[in-house]
Amino acid sequence: MKQQVLVLYLNTSALDSEVLAWAFYDGTGKTDPTTGDSDLPPYDSGTEALRDGWRLFQASQLLPPYPGHEYDTSFMKHEFFFEKLE
Amino acid sequence: MTTTAPLLSSVEVARFVANGFHRMDAVVPAELNEQAIGVLDAGIPHVPYGTPVAKAFEEGSFARRLIEVPAVAGAIRSLVGPDPTVDHHAVHIREPHEGSAQPLHGDAIIDTRADAFDVQLMYYPQEVTGTMGGTLSVPGSHLRRTNESDTGRYQNLRGQTRLTCPAGTVVLLHHGIWHGGRRNDSDIRRYMFKIRFNPTVPQVRLWDVADLDDPRIPQELSRYFPWCEHATARLEIFNRIKLWRALTGDASFDIDYWATRVANRPGRAA
Repeated sequence: MKQQVLVLYLNTSALDSEVLAWAFYDGTGKTDPTTGDSDLPPYDSGTEALRDGWRLFQASQLLPPYPGHEYDTSFMKHEFFFEKLE
Repeated sequence: MTTTAPLLSSVEVARFVANGFHRMDAVVPAELNEQAIGVLDAGIPHVPYGTPVAKAFEEGSFARRLIEVPAVAGAIRSLVGPDPTVDHHAVHIREPHEGSAQPLHGDAIIDTRADAFDVQLMYYPQEVTGTMGGTLSVPGSHLRRTNESDTGRYQNLRGQTRLTCPAGTVVLLHHGIWHGGRRNDSDIRRYMFKIRFNPTVPQVRLWDVADLDDPRIPQELSRYFPWCEHATARLEIFNRIKLWRALTGDASFDIDYWATRVANRPGRAA
């Protein structure tokens, strides 16, 4: 069994919110995804990925901003990791 | 660097503050583009970090003629002012069918300057088609505080720019913008020449400010980008307000009360 990993970055912390960014890593070797290879996300929301058989295994935590850095922006906030096994 | 080149307008600089880049398609004359690949293959002489432009690039040299193209010179002056120094320069080549893309990154190291920025010139001497792996960049990402390739996990973002352009295109980038060379799936070697400029004067009202009250300025600064979380997008606007205040010297500038509201503490000392 080999793992395929899909990472979706969503608009809010809700799993059914819109996909804003994405990455795909393919342990089967059948595809060779890389940076900047697509302008269209594979799914419109996190739940759409679930309906297609992807299993959620990690979601970013909701962390309060560090004091004094409430207005700073940094990494994408709402990151969800999914897997499929083939 | 002295120039009588056309300066950017306030609306154009506001667009730069929101987008993190200023793009000029086919701005470099064909005569220079035709010489470029030979010159870039031969190599542009290395210069120490922080060398004044006039010392870094001799009068009449290819690089000097490139940055003296009037529209290019005017845009550089509008953003980093007269007499910037050359931080460094580099020729980037993506070989045909090169295996992978660069990870998404910001250049140098995390850079938290709130009232100053460097500009990176990227010059494309040849037409760049979709399969040639033109530079990927993420409009509006430049104010996010991330370090170099720590963003490498992100492969694609809604609204990203996968650059295609005619020969002679120049893009001026804010130092913080997320970008990367894409995989070149074509049979053609792709060239890009980069120069990073450091300002040597305060970056305040360096452009043509005749239109400083144009109502399109707050519209430009209020832009939402498709990749940006709705909540974080409000913080991006707040941070653009702060940068616009620094660039204009107008500490009262605001949009939709975002900055004023959270600073209102009646009767309290700073």
